[in-house]
Amino acid sequence: MAELTYREALNAAMCQEMDRDDSVFLMGEEVAEYDGAYKVSRGMLERYGDRRVVDSPISELGFTGLCVGAAMAGLRPICEFMTFNFSILALDQVINSAAKMLYMTNGQVPVPIVFRGPTGAALQLSAQHSQACETYYVHAPGVKLVTPATPADAKGLLAAAIRDDDPVAVMEGELLYNVRGEVPDGEYVIPLGVADRKRSGDDVSIVTHGKMVHVALQAATALAREEIEADVLDLRSIRPLDVDAILESVARTNRVVYLEEGWPFAGVGAQIVALIQDEAFDDLDAPVVRVTQADVPMPYAKNLEQLAKPGVNAVVDACKRVLYL
Amino acid sequence: MTDGAGPGENTMADGSEPAASTGPGGFTREELHALLADMLLYRRFEEKAEEAYAIGKIGGFCHLHIGQEGLAAGSIKPLRDDDLVITAYREHTQAIAKGISPGAVMAELYGRVGGCSGGRGGSMHLFDTTLGFWGGHGIVGGQIPLGAGLAWAVKYRGGDQICLCFMGDAAVNQGAFLEALNMSAIWHLPVIYVVENNGYGMGTAFSRVSATEMEARSGACGIPAHTVNGQDVVETHRFFEELAERVRAGAGPQFVNAVTYRFRGHSMSDPVSGTYRSKEEVDSHVEAQDPIKILRDRLMDAGLLTQEELEALDAEARALSDEAAEFADASPLPDPSTLYDHVYAEINPHGRLFLDGREHGSGGARDGGRGASGSPAGGAHG
Ligand SMILES: Cc1ncc(C[n+]2csc(CCOP(=O)(O)OP(=O)(O)O)c2C)c(N)n1
Ligand SMILES: [Mg+2]
Repeated sequence: MAELTYREALNAAMCQEMDRDDSVFLMGEEVAEYDGAYKVSRGMLERYGDRRVVDSPISELGFTGLCVGAAMAGLRPICEFMTFNFSILALDQVINSAAKMLYMTNGQVPVPIVFRGPTGAALQLSAQHSQACETYYVHAPGVKLVTPATPADAKGLLAAAIRDDDPVAVMEGELLYNVRGEVPDGEYVIPLGVADRKRSGDDVSIVTHGKMVHVALQAATALAREEIEADVLDLRSIRPLDVDAILESVARTNRVVYLEEGWPFAGVGAQIVALIQDEAFDDLDAPVVRVTQADVPMPYAKNLEQLAKPGVNAVVDACKRVLYL
Repeated sequence: MTDGAGPGENTMADGSEPAASTGPGGFTREELHALLADMLLYRRFEEKAEEAYAIGKIGGFCHLHIGQEGLAAGSIKPLRDDDLVITAYREHTQAIAKGISPGAVMAELYGRVGGCSGGRGGSMHLFDTTLGFWGGHGIVGGQIPLGAGLAWAVKYRGGDQICLCFMGDAAVNQGAFLEALNMSAIWHLPVIYVVENNGYGMGTAFSRVSATEMEARSGACGIPAHTVNGQDVVETHRFFEELAERVRAGAGPQFVNAVTYRFRGHSMSDPVSGTYRSKEEVDSHVEAQDPIKILRDRLMDAGLLTQEELEALDAEARALSDEAAEFADASPLPDPSTLYDHVYAEINPHGRLFLDGREHGSGGARDGGRGASGSPAGGAHG
C-alpha cells in the first residue's frame, strides 16, 4: 500500500494497463505535452511517446468518433474529456456509435473504449462547467459507467474499465483529484458491478456514488453524534448496478436516502427509487428520499451555488425524514 | 473530370484508349464484362428490393443506390480484400461490392437471421467486418470520424491497408466532417474520403445550403481534392486504383468529389421527382448519365459486347437477385430469445446491466436470465 492522490491513482491505472497491452492508448485535449488539464497523465508522454499519448484538437465529436472507430478496429482507446461537460458535444458518437455498434452489427463489432474525465461541479465554475453527466451515459443500453470516489477505487475501477470489452465511462471529480488515500501496489483491478460499503450502520441507508460519497460520510458522522448510525453504500458502478448490495442494505435499515450530485429529473436516483419500490417495497418503513442538485442550472454566486448543491445538511435532514424524526 | 494533379489524369475521360489496351481504360474484355456484370447486379438487386418493399417484405427506411452503381463498382473493386470501407445508409450495393453476398444483404433488408447483421441492423446498418465492410451508418456524417478511427488503427499497428470512407454531399456540412478531416491531415491517416455527390440531401440541393463548392471543402485542412465522374465506371476504377496505391504508399488523406446522380427518390416514400427537382432533370440524367448504359454503349461501339452477351449478363444479374430474395425469404426471423444478445460484449459477473425488470430472455431479469450458452445476456444478475 502506498498513499497516493486520486490523480496519481488514475495515472497508475493507465500506466499499469498501457504496460501490459500495446493496444491501449490515451487521447484527449492537453493529455500529452501539457500533462493533462488536471495533470492526470503527468509523465505519460515521456514514458509512452506520442504514438500512444496523443494531444487532440478541440474537436470532441471528432476525436471521440475517431477513438470509437479505433476501438471498432480492436484498439482500446482511453478517450479523455477535459470535463464531461464537453463530452455533450460528443454524445452522438457515444450513444449512436459506441453504445449501439455491437447490437446493430449482431455482435461483430465490440467497442472496448474508456471515456474518462471529471463530472459534476467544482467551485464557482458556473452553469456550463458544472454538471453531472451520469444520466446521459447510463441512459443508453450498451454503455457502462463507474464513478470512483477514492484513490484506491480510482485505480481499480479505471483498470477494470480499460480491460472491459464494452464502452465504459469513468466519471471522476475535479474536487477529488487531490484526495489522498491508501492504494494497493502492483496490479489492482476492481470488478465492475460491485458496490462498496464505505460505512456500516443499521438505522438508515445513504446510497450514493462518486464525489457525493464524501458528503454522505460527513453526514453520517453528524448523524452519529445524534446516535443515528447510517449505512453508506457507494455504488461505485452505476451500470452494471450492484442491486444485491442495495437490497441488502434496504432490508437491514428499511430506510433509504439516495444522494447524487446531478439533477433529479430522470437522474440516477430516480432509477434507484424505481428499483427499490419494485423489488423491496415491503422492506421499506418510509418512502425513499432523494437529495440532488436543485433543479436549476448551476449559478455562479457563491451563496447560490452552495444552495444549489446537495450538501451535508440536506442529507442529514433527509435521513431524519425517513426516520420520522 | 479529374483535377490536373490527380491520379486520374491519364484515364480515358476523352474516350481515347492507350494503344496497348484491349478496351476502354486499358481493361481487358473480361474485366469490362465483369464491371458491367457488377453494375447490372447492383441495379437488379435494388429493383428487387424496391419490389420487396412494395409488398411489405422490407420495412423502415430503405435508400436505393440506383443511378450510382458506377461509383460502387469503380471505387470498391480496386481495393484489396483487407482494405476497409465505411459508409452511410445508402449502402446496399457497396456492401455487395466489398464481397457480402447479395443474399446476406437482402436477408438483412428483410430483417432475417441470415442477414449480414443478423437482422438487427436493417438496410442502414449492413456489416461484415471479415470482408472489410464496416457499415452502414445512419447519422449523417457520423461515419466520418469513425472512418478516421479505422485508419488510425491501421496506422497505429503499422499496417498497409487503406480506408475508404463514403459520405453523401449533405454530410460535408456537418462539423464531424471538418473535425475528422483536420485530424486525418495532422496525423497523416491512410484514408480516402469519398463524397457521393448526387447533388441533393433529401430534397435540398447542395448549392442551396453550401457556401462553397464541394472541391473547396477539404482545402481548409490541406487535403488534396479530386473530382471524378462517378457515372463512368472505367474512369472511376482507374482513378481509385491509382489513388488507393498512392495512399497506401503514404500520400496521406485524400478527398474525392465523385459526381453522380440518384435516379430514385431519397427513400421509398419519396417520389422520384417533385418539389425539389423536375421530371425533366431526372429524365435527362437517366437518359444520358446512366453508368450502365454508358459502359454498355462504349463496349458495343468498340465491338466488345454483343446484344446476346448483354442479355446473358443481365439474365445472370436477375437470377442472382431472385436468388437473394429467395434466400432472404427462406431465412428465419431472429429468435425472440436473442433480444438481449449483443447489447454488451462482456457480461460482468457482478451487478445488473439491464434494468427493465423483464422476466423473459434476459440476463437482466430477476431470475438471472435464461442462461443460454454463449449468450452474453446470461448471468448478468449479480
Ligand atoms: C444527423 C442527421 N440529420 C438528419 C438526418 C435525416 N437524413 C437522412 S438522409 C438525409 C440527407 C442526406 O443526404 P446526403 O448526405 O447527400 O446523402 P444521400 O441521401 O444523397 O445519399 C437526411 C437529412 C440524419 N439521418 N442524420
Ligand atoms: Mg446526396
